[in-house]
Amino acid sequence: MKHSFDDHTATIPAVQETPATPAAPRRMTLNMGPQHPSTHGVLRIVLELEGETIISAAPDIGFLHTGIEKEFEQKNWQQAVTLTDRVDYLANLSNNLVYALAVEKLLEIEIPPRAQWTRVMMTELSRLNSHLVWLGTHALDIGAMTMFFYCFREREDILRIFEMFSGQRMMTSYIRIGGLALEPPRGWQQVVGKFIRAFPSKVDEYEELLNANPIWTRRTQGVGYISLEDMLDLGVTGPMLRGAGLNWDIRKSEPYSSYEKFDFKVPVETSNDVWSRYRVRVQEMRESAKIITQALEGMPEGAWQADAPHVVLPDREKMKTQMESLIYHFKIVTEGFRVPAGEAYQCVEAPRGEIGYYVVSDGTSKPYRVHMRTPSFGNLQGLPKMLEGIMIADSIAALGSMDFVLGDTDR
Amino acid sequence: MSHSLNHAAILETKEAFGETTLIVDPARIVDLCRNLKDSEQYIRLSGITAVDMLPSEPRFEVIYHLHSLERNQRLRLKCRVSGVTAPDIPEIDSVTGVWRAANWYEREVYDMFGISFRNHPNLTRILMPIDWEGYPLRKDYPVHGYKYSYPSE
Repeated sequence: MKHSFDDHTATIPAVQETPATPAAPRRMTLNMGPQHPSTHGVLRIVLELEGETIISAAPDIGFLHTGIEKEFEQKNWQQAVTLTDRVDYLANLSNNLVYALAVEKLLEIEIPPRAQWTRVMMTELSRLNSHLVWLGTHALDIGAMTMFFYCFREREDILRIFEMFSGQRMMTSYIRIGGLALEPPRGWQQVVGKFIRAFPSKVDEYEELLNANPIWTRRTQGVGYISLEDMLDLGVTGPMLRGAGLNWDIRKSEPYSSYEKFDFKVPVETSNDVWSRYRVRVQEMRESAKIITQALEGMPEGAWQADAPHVVLPDREKMKTQMESLIYHFKIVTEGFRVPAGEAYQCVEAPRGEIGYYVVSDGTSKPYRVHMRTPSFGNLQGLPKMLEGIMIADSIAALGSMDFVLGDTDR
Repeated sequence: MSHSLNHAAILETKEAFGETTLIVDPARIVDLCRNLKDSEQYIRLSGITAVDMLPSEPRFEVIYHLHSLERNQRLRLKCRVSGVTAPDIPEIDSVTGVWRAANWYEREVYDMFGISFRNHPNLTRILMPIDWEGYPLRKDYPVHGYKYSYPSE
C-alpha cells in the first residue's frame, strides 16, 4: 500500500543517496519508521539529511487509521462512548469526558456534582497515567532505562484504580452520557488515598534521577526549539505551548465539569526545549495530584447519574417494580435515546493538548457526524519545523517531547 | 458571547449553547479568515472538518473552528458547498495562506469527503492510502467500503 507524503515520490527505497557535486554536498533520504521504536506507534518520517543534519522532515501518517469517525455514525449515542476510548488509548477518560460533555450540551441535561467531581478525579488520574508513560518511554529513548520501571510501577497502581472503578484497565468507558458507568466502588477512598499520598514522593524520585543527570540535561536542554508563533500557527497545543511560556490551559480558560472549583496552578516554562516540556509535565503531575487530593477530600454526596430518565438507564430495582422505569429501560436498550437536532463543539485539556469534539445530531438515536480534533494530529504538524536543522540524534529527543499517540493522530 | 462582526461574506449569524456560528459565503472565505485573524485576533485555527448533508443541496458543509486566545472566544464558520465537477467534487479556496495549520486539516477533508481546496500546496490523501477510491465519510459510502466488502451469504 502506497502512501503520500510532502515533496517525495511515493516509492523510495529505505535509504537513498545522491552523490555530492561541487555545488551541493551529498544528501541522503532516510526513512524513519513506521516501525522505528522511538516513534511510539506507527509513524513514518522521511528525513532528508546532509551529513547528520536534518534538512527537511516529512511525517507520513495514516497507518493506524481505523475509520472511527465513520463508525460513530453506525452506533447509537451511548454505544459510541466505547469508541472514544480507542482514539487516544493513554488519555481514554479525557476522550470519554469530552464526548459526554458535547452530547450533554445538546441534550441540555445537568450532571450532579458527585458525578462531575468523580469525572475530574478520573480524568486527572488518566493524565497522570499518560504523563507517566511519556516520561518512562521518553527517558528510555534517551537512554535512562530505570525511569521506565519507576514510571510503570506507579502506572500499574493507576490502572488498578481504573479496574476497580470500571472493570477495565485501559478501555474504561467509565464516563457515560448522563453521568458515570457505575457507582464508585466501596472503599475507593482508601485505594485512591493510599496512592495519592505516596505519589508526590515518587515524583521526587523521578526528579532526583533526572534533574541533575548530566546525560539527561545535555540531551534535553536547548534541543527541539520551535518558536511560539510557529506553534500557534501550526495548531500545536498543550504542554508544548506551556513549555514555550504561554499560560493557556483549557481547564482554566474555559472550565468544564466543575474544574473552576479546584485549586491548581498551570505550570509554565520559558526555555522552549525538550527540557522545558519535561519540566512542565512533571509539574503538571504534581498539580494533578493536588486536584485528585481535593476531589478525594471534598467529594460531594448524592446522585452519580443525571436525573434524566429518557437518557440514563433506570435503577435495577426500580426497573423490576415500576412500570415507567421498565418502559424507559426497554426504550433505551432497544433503540437508544434521541438527541435533539443541533451541533456542538466541546473541548477539554487532555494530557497532549486540546481535544475538541464537534458533534452533529439530526434528532435520531445515532450521531449524524462526530469530528475529533485530536491534539496529536495538530501537534504533529509542527514536527517538520521542529526537526529542521537539528542533528539526527537529537530528533529522537525532540519528537519524543511532543508526546504524540498515533492512534490519536490517525483515528 | 457577543460578536459585532460586519463583513460582506457573513450571510447569517447563529447562537446556540453559547457557541457562535457564522454562515459564510464560500467564495469569500479567505478574505473573511484573513480579516478575522488580523483584526479580530483569531490567531488559532482549531480545526477544519466537513459534514455531508445528503440529500440536501448544497450537499456539504465545511466547518472551521477558530479560537482567539486574547478574547478567550471560539467561533465556528460554516460554508455550504456543492459539487461543481463530476463525480460531485465541490471546490473551495484553501485557507493555508492564513493559518498553516489548515494544511493537514484540508487534506483530511479532501481525503474523507472529496472536497477540493484551491491553491492548497499539497492536496493529497493523508489518512487513506494514496490509491484509495472513494471518500469514506460521505454518507453514500458503505461502511465496509467498496473494495473489501464481504460477499453476502
